[in-house]
Amino acid sequence: MIRTVLVVAGLGLGLTAVMAQSNPIAERQQIMKAVGGATREGAAMAKGDVAFDAAKAQTVFKTYADAAAKMPALFPDSSKTGGETTAAPKIWEDQAGFKAAFVKFGQDAEAGAKAADLASFRTAFGAATKNCGTCHEVYRIKK
Amino acid sequence: MLLLRRLLVTLVVLAAIGLGGFWLLTDPRIVSPAPEVGALPAADLDNGKLLFAAGGCASCHATPGQEDRTKLGGGLALTSAFGTFHAPNISPHTRDGIGNWGVQDFVDAMAAGVGRQGEHLYPAFPYTSYRLIPPKALADLFAYIRTLPPIEGKAAAHELRFPFNIRRLVGGWKLLFFQGGSFQPDPTKSEAWNRGFYLVNGPGHCAECHSNRNALGAIVQATRFAGGPDPEGKGWVPNITQDEANGLGKWSKDEIAELLKTGFTPSFDSVGGSMADVVRNTAQLSDADRAAMAEYLKSLPAVQGPARPRGGGG
Repeated sequence: MIRTVLVVAGLGLGLTAVMAQSNPIAERQQIMKAVGGATREGAAMAKGDVAFDAAKAQTVFKTYADAAAKMPALFPDSSKTGGETTAAPKIWEDQAGFKAAFVKFGQDAEAGAKAADLASFRTAFGAATKNCGTCHEVYRIKK
Repeated sequence: MLLLRRLLVTLVVLAAIGLGGFWLLTDPRIVSPAPEVGALPAADLDNGKLLFAAGGCASCHATPGQEDRTKLGGGLALTSAFGTFHAPNISPHTRDGIGNWGVQDFVDAMAAGVGRQGEHLYPAFPYTSYRLIPPKALADLFAYIRTLPPIEGKAAAHELRFPFNIRRLVGGWKLLFFQGGSFQPDPTKSEAWNRGFYLVNGPGHCAECHSNRNALGAIVQATRFAGGPDPEGKGWVPNITQDEANGLGKWSKDEIAELLKTGFTPSFDSVGGSMADVVRNTAQLSDADRAAMAEYLKSLPAVQGPARPRGGGG
């Protein structure tokens, strides 16, 4: 009896681990969390709360570019619901627009990576983070 | 037989009196009298422009599918449990918009929910909140809207289920749920708090989405601002009372003002859905006005809203 329970529990654990690896909802939420973290750092520099640091600025835009590259593939048809996702149905109704939004975000991130001083960083950071609201407005539901 | 007939007659008479009473009580001018505008000083267009942003007019009335928020051709569809509402054209076009309206017509609509033909307007148009805006300020807003481009074309008519398609019944709804009257400052509170109260409850009409509603679509006042299901049926609108777990209890005033300016939460999440559009409006206000809204919101007692469903699509 105990052995059966252990085996079942073991199987359950194994399955959970596999699912976490191929769980696009968890993965995209993780990426977005990283984007949020980068934005926190960027905003602190843009506002002058911390000193401008070119290397740090590069990291911010690198995080954005990575997200823009990875995100579009993380919305398979099987991931429309579950995992407290706030993905809007519009993503699957308008794949072209959704992908185009990430292309633009990627371009803005790339342009930002060239910023070498505070003034140009501010401009580029403002342009890149504008994508957050415009994309979320259409492709994300309220939460 | 005679008794039965007498009973029947009595019933018919009573029903007639009842219906007549309902008809009288639900007359738009009786159930929701609008403030008289009277003579006004020259309109302040800057104040009108500010109210246009604070009131989020463009969020519903701007022609969908284009960027210009001053093109108020209407047509946005608002889905609800009662059917689909279509935001009307409120551009100054004389035939299709409100170009032929006078100031009093505009005040009737905004402060009392009464249309130009004397008909009830559905509370999908949040006159329940806008009524707090004083007539002078409404006249400023009207003057500003009149400077915007006239847009041709009427929006589609509302598609509502029976019995909600009977406009007169809105009079009954008003009897139950609508309270008129413009904003009266509370002299015991600070100027910033009063400004915040006015912006949040009046033009900002925050409670219209951030509250849950009863079966007749009226805000449940006990849980005002405590969030609830998105009235448009997609997702969940958060609690904005001082509730620690789900509300703004842990947010500072600066963090609230920052969200209203940039759309970023304290954890640098960026708000989605129609709140992103709201931020486009509140971003146009002054820092002082956003700080006032935060001041007021921080004074809201913690209220627990309806339980939020876990998992699936949340």
